[in-house]
Amino acid sequence: MAGELATAPPGPLVSLAVVALVVVGSFFLLVGTIGLLRLPNVYNRLHATSKATTLGASSIALAAWAYFGPGGTGLKALVTVLFLFLTAPTGGHMISRAAQRMGIEFESGVTWPGRAGETPDAPADGSESD
Amino acid sequence: MTEPTALGGALAIVLQGALVLSAVLTLGVGYRVITGPTTPDRVVALDVIGTNVVAIAALYAMIAGLGLFLDVALVLAIIGFISTVTVARYVTEGDIIE
Repeated sequence: MAGELATAPPGPLVSLAVVALVVVGSFFLLVGTIGLLRLPNVYNRLHATSKATTLGASSIALAAWAYFGPGGTGLKALVTVLFLFLTAPTGGHMISRAAQRMGIEFESGVTWPGRAGETPDAPADGSESD
Repeated sequence: MTEPTALGGALAIVLQGALVLSAVLTLGVGYRVITGPTTPDRVVALDVIGTNVVAIAALYAMIAGLGLFLDVALVLAIIGFISTVTVARYVTEGDIIE
């Protein structure tokens, strides 16, 4: 029953593209997870995961697009890539803003870029409106 | 499962290896979910688990040759985003729907 639904394995060139994309995606997933486990702070962990893990999952979804062909079924993989690129920065931004409003401390010695004298104050001002 | 491709079965080996690696990484992220010092740490780790499961679903779609699992990946991405936004809003505002 699953045999008639299954897509035939692709040709050599498409197989090469799928292998390359899957290897790149696995590397980015590995880097993101190591960053999540080893970095010291919730902001640093967000920095690692929200970029590297998104790239890893998107690369694997691109491999699925190459595997299943450009239209029809494979188009859903492309929609997944688009959706991940739209939502992962938004989710990371919302988590970091929530963490800052909860009053989670920054690392000691952190300064704003370009303003070496000012350190970010940990408590949220709460005056900005949504 | 599938016939060996022109790459001599390297495609199947790479796909299975990437699936195993993603599963092990997801288990490792579970450590951060359990021992994360603060709530946003746990939310970040759960978000990463959701993204990893999207990758696992796409990999399994390729291994099984079934495009059905790409729907699973897409829906999991949507649900992961909604849950992340919901938790961030609950932590910040105190309620979800005003």
